[in-house]
Amino acid sequence: MEFSHILFLGLAALAVVAAFNVILQRNPIYSAIGLIVVLCSLAALFLTLSAQFIAAMQIIVYAGAIMVLFVFVIMLLNVRAEETRADKQKYLKWLAAPLFLALLAEVMAVVRYVNLTPQPLQSAIGGVNPQGVLGTVENIAFGMFTDYLIPFEAASILILMAIVGSMLLARREKKEDVERIEKALIAQQEEEQKYEEEVAV
Amino acid sequence: MSSLLNSIDFQYVIGALVKIAVFWIFIMLVVAYTVYAERRVLAVIQNRLGPNRVGWQGLLQPFADLLKFIFKEDIIPLAVNKWLYVLAPIIVLIPAMMVLIVYPFGPEVPLPFGPAISKIINDLGVSLGMNWNIELSTINLHVTNMNVGLLYVFAMTSLGIYGIVVGGWASNSKYSLLGGLRSSAQMISYELALSLSVIAVLIKAGTLDLAKIVGDQSDWYGFKWNIFHPVMFLPCIIAFSIYLISAIAETNRVPFDLPEAETELVAGFHTEYSSLKFALFFMAEYVNMMTVSVLATTLFLGGWNGLGVKTYPWLGPVWFLGKVFFFLFLYIWLRGTLPRFRYDQLMDFGWKVLLPAALFNVVLASAIGVLFL
Repeated sequence: MEFSHILFLGLAALAVVAAFNVILQRNPIYSAIGLIVVLCSLAALFLTLSAQFIAAMQIIVYAGAIMVLFVFVIMLLNVRAEETRADKQKYLKWLAAPLFLALLAEVMAVVRYVNLTPQPLQSAIGGVNPQGVLGTVENIAFGMFTDYLIPFEAASILILMAIVGSMLLARREKKEDVERIEKALIAQQEEEQKYEEEVAV
Repeated sequence: MSSLLNSIDFQYVIGALVKIAVFWIFIMLVVAYTVYAERRVLAVIQNRLGPNRVGWQGLLQPFADLLKFIFKEDIIPLAVNKWLYVLAPIIVLIPAMMVLIVYPFGPEVPLPFGPAISKIINDLGVSLGMNWNIELSTINLHVTNMNVGLLYVFAMTSLGIYGIVVGGWASNSKYSLLGGLRSSAQMISYELALSLSVIAVLIKAGTLDLAKIVGDQSDWYGFKWNIFHPVMFLPCIIAFSIYLISAIAETNRVPFDLPEAETELVAGFHTEYSSLKFALFFMAEYVNMMTVSVLATTLFLGGWNGLGVKTYPWLGPVWFLGKVFFFLFLYIWLRGTLPRFRYDQLMDFGWKVLLPAALFNVVLASAIGVLFL
């Protein structure tokens, strides 16, 4: 038993327990906290695989930004604990088992494929990379800005579009609303003028 | 089992744990005395005496306060969500303390009594039936240097927000909830400017590793700090100002202490907390202050670099702590000087001034970096 095995077992167990916590809790805030624990233990698992950059990004983006939004929404809308009610989609839960099996098969296939054909990774300086510097920032950046430049830029444009779209949705004002507000403002100004004149008189 | 005890990993972990313990105790002492210094300096600024009764000039005051915190009644109000109420101070404190493993206290220094210590450890190994062969002659004054050191710091500080939000929500009180929401909104807003401001330094150093960022500034007899750099000084100085302002907002200190604005919110997110739980929130705030001071020192003021560090490596931590203490003093000084922002002013300032300035600085730094560096 090596040290990394102990680390892996502990972190994996934590992730699984927290994942069960996510789906079994009735109170949405407990589920959200469970999900944060899952994300953090996954980040630690990435670290044991020397994927340091991905580990840091996992925490900053998912645990630090996206989950904060989740927690915010749950708290601000005051979502109550899930009430016991009849399930509307009864047939959906029968789909769960086959879908789970399909996912499992897929993961097994991927793992088998990866194990059969280990790919030597290119380092930023060139040449085959020793495993120790596999997941460094330099390495990720090298891949991102050379081989995967177009997918990377496409993804960033997609995200930009999403941001602009959400801004547009949030700022949408109807024409009649704007006119009504302008009219009200003008009326208010006139009233103020009248008042000032009265005071002057 | 013996293979486990003999493995390099195990020795590394033990070494790291010893270092963490030493640094942790040291940081706790610094935190305790920062609180004391804050009370004394504020007293001087406000023309009064401050705590001066416990020990000489009140120097034992932190320990008296700690005892008092421990023996106060630990009240858990009836209407709170008990689990989260207890969990919140822990969620705040643990990520704050996890950052200390990347603090670059100093360069590689010769360890006093190194051979004697390694002999004791090796003898212990022999008596356990192991063959360790450890040689301690020099020691690095940081627990670890990660390739993603800076990102690690940001990751941990972004986790601290949960404790504040959850604590405010679990308290089931209007003041706490408002304080928690304000605090997290503020931290999320200023985090953007903070992380964008450090990019100027990253372009200059070409790495995220804090130890390497410091090592990069060691020329000119230890005075080639990033804000004095002949090419990159302009973006670095702008970045330094943005960093300093948003760091104060990140740690919820005056003049950005909206989350605990006494006049409006009683005490913000920790209104309902008492005894040790309150002390944990308090400690986390000061550890976070320490962290942003350490980052400011490391990124902009050359970390442990200074006059004479090359010849006497033990001067490194002295320079480092001197700069960190300067920033801590700055915090206290500001608290004694500035009034509080209004909430809408705070948000406007973060989003409409600091963030565009930080974005502009990224462009400026990249342009200078590409053209002249």
